[in-house]
Amino acid sequence: MRLFEHKDLLSIDQLSIADIKLILDMAESFKEISSRDIKKVPTLRGKTVVNLFYEPSTRTRSSFEIAAKRLSADTFNLSSSNSSTIKGETLIDTGRNLQAMNPDIIILRHSSTGAPHMMAKAVNYGVINAGDGINEHPTQALLDLFTIREKKGRVEGLKIVIIGDISHSRVAKSNIKGLKKLGADVTVSGPPTMVPVGIENYGINVIHNPSEAIRNKDVIMLLRIQFERQSNVLFPSIREYAKYFGVTRKMIELANDDAIIMHPGPINRGVELASELIDAPDSVILEQVKNGVAIRMAILYLLIGGSSK
Amino acid sequence: MITWIKSGSIVDTIKGLIRKADILIKDGIISEIGIIPSELKQKEGVKIIDAEGMLIIPGLIDMHVHLREPGHEYKETILSGAMAAVAGGFTSIACMPNTDPVNDNRAVTEFIIRRGKSAGFAKIYPIACISKKQEGKTLTEFGDIKDAGAVGISDDGMPVINSDLMRRATEYASYHGLTIISHSEDPYLSRGGVMNEGDISTVIGLSGIPSISEEIMVSRDILIAKFTKCPVHIAHVSTAGSVEIIKRGKEAGVLVTAETAPHYFTLDHTAVTGYDSNTKMNPPLRTPEDVLAIKNGLADGIIDAIATDHAPHSTLEKDLEFDKAAFGIIGLETALPLTLALVRAGVISLPEAIKKLSLNPARILGIPGGQLEPGLPADLAIIDTDYEYTLKKEDILSKSKNSPFIGKALKGRNKLTMIGGKIVWE
Repeated sequence: MRLFEHKDLLSIDQLSIADIKLILDMAESFKEISSRDIKKVPTLRGKTVVNLFYEPSTRTRSSFEIAAKRLSADTFNLSSSNSSTIKGETLIDTGRNLQAMNPDIIILRHSSTGAPHMMAKAVNYGVINAGDGINEHPTQALLDLFTIREKKGRVEGLKIVIIGDISHSRVAKSNIKGLKKLGADVTVSGPPTMVPVGIENYGINVIHNPSEAIRNKDVIMLLRIQFERQSNVLFPSIREYAKYFGVTRKMIELANDDAIIMHPGPINRGVELASELIDAPDSVILEQVKNGVAIRMAILYLLIGGSSK
Repeated sequence: MITWIKSGSIVDTIKGLIRKADILIKDGIISEIGIIPSELKQKEGVKIIDAEGMLIIPGLIDMHVHLREPGHEYKETILSGAMAAVAGGFTSIACMPNTDPVNDNRAVTEFIIRRGKSAGFAKIYPIACISKKQEGKTLTEFGDIKDAGAVGISDDGMPVINSDLMRRATEYASYHGLTIISHSEDPYLSRGGVMNEGDISTVIGLSGIPSISEEIMVSRDILIAKFTKCPVHIAHVSTAGSVEIIKRGKEAGVLVTAETAPHYFTLDHTAVTGYDSNTKMNPPLRTPEDVLAIKNGLADGIIDAIATDHAPHSTLEKDLEFDKAAFGIIGLETALPLTLALVRAGVISLPEAIKKLSLNPARILGIPGGQLEPGLPADLAIIDTDYEYTLKKEDILSKSKNSPFIGKALKGRNKLTMIGGKIVWE
């Protein structure tokens, strides 16, 4: 009997509450490894981990690579610029070609929603979704849950607000699902053009005004305003966004006393979040990055660790 | 040559009833409907088809298919499309002009008609473009194209954004006795969308196409038809709002007709969960409330016709990430069982269902067919409404297999198709 009965990690939806707690607990024990002098254990020796990134990424890709290396797995990176994609190969063909080389797991980031799901159906090795389109980014949500639990001692019952472009944020989508599963009280905030229809079906609150939304919250989670994804009708200008939706120190004062500020990065300083807040003591942004390695070690271990594949 | 179809139940689309009778066909023409004396059997050269327990329907007429010839013959040819049609009980199909090159001139229209004749099987009726190259700028030569054999005018697949062009198109088409078929979509509202915008698109993270993208253009085209007093036909109606707008148009006396496709009354947007690109079409599968409104629209006569929007695509266009996959599914071989499901559910009567699949589209396009009467060509299908089967990929005659109904249990199947008294499929 395996601890974790999944071939792939595609969506927070597939995880039970017990699965999530298992991942977080496992990450806690893996976190220590990264602070050692010799930051390596032999757990995944002989396993092959492929990073297949069709979208630019610094944080997530390096986090996965470091996580895999610290577990002694062999890793290699493929990105769309050096893969056969530019020669016209389809995603499924790339997946099958990789299969011929017998990897244990691939970590896939793709601009198309559902790409990891499609890949997972087509191949026999595991697939981790490292962000698909505007859909999900499950490992980011898990590291955020880990960080919240570490800082607050719990997730259940906490009041959490997510501010930004909810419609186009896979981080928001995965976080909403994960936070709801662990019993948090979730509010989303942002201009109406950036809040998707039917979001209230998740059982969350929608408060467009960020000051109102931040009031009495325990966790303030910002999202990157993704200039590269915006059509020109969601908001008039960065200046306007920063003026009416950018989070400032004054707004943070409305939150609960020990509230923490989170951001999945990369940050547009002074746009979604005032620059001074990024480096303030209540910001846990770099902790999130640190915890990302531990969470990804835990996920790799749970998916491909042990002798049976 | 005499053919005697014995003991079937004949669907009368004019009177709206079903009666048990024989059909006698002489030289391709229906000569008699009624009880035929059995002495005939003794005569030589009489072919007898026993239709006991079967339904005899007028050959179905699909006013909205995409045959990919010329240009994309690897997806569908006029021949493979015609074969798929007769397998599904269709004897006449009207093909949309978005081929390569597009059907915006007499030469392409004539080519399609010629290929249709040499292919045999179903009768092929071309629909020509509203605008040259489907660019939405200049009208095509409606008169010349009609003389060549086109039966309708549409930029299907490409919405006509320029309202003035649409207005002039209805006026000029009406002069030539042609109906404009509107692909109603505001491309600014639907831009980037790949499924219905709603709670499901939010949950599964796909970009949405809002219902208003269709409804705004349905409204506009009905307003144009009202203003010009010319007919307009709304293609592939998918939303409750469109049904309501068309209803009001009809009540106000506007010359508007409408069609929907079987997938819009069979599936809703929850089918997209799982990212199967065979659930991707334009307009997209909508909400359960929209599905209900489409059914009510069919029942109330707001929606006149059922057309498949048969859109063949190969695995090259469909075996891709959902957002990159092509829009559209095939429909010729599943329209009949899916429509019969509506009849079983009590939404519409059997004669009414068959009428929406034959006589009504024939009337909208002004082409023959859709009824079984002495003196008319024997274009008909013999169907077994109780036949249950699972749709298999390998049984599909269309060159492309992009159907969300593969592997699904269907009930009701065409057993025999006859055109001009000749059996073309059995």
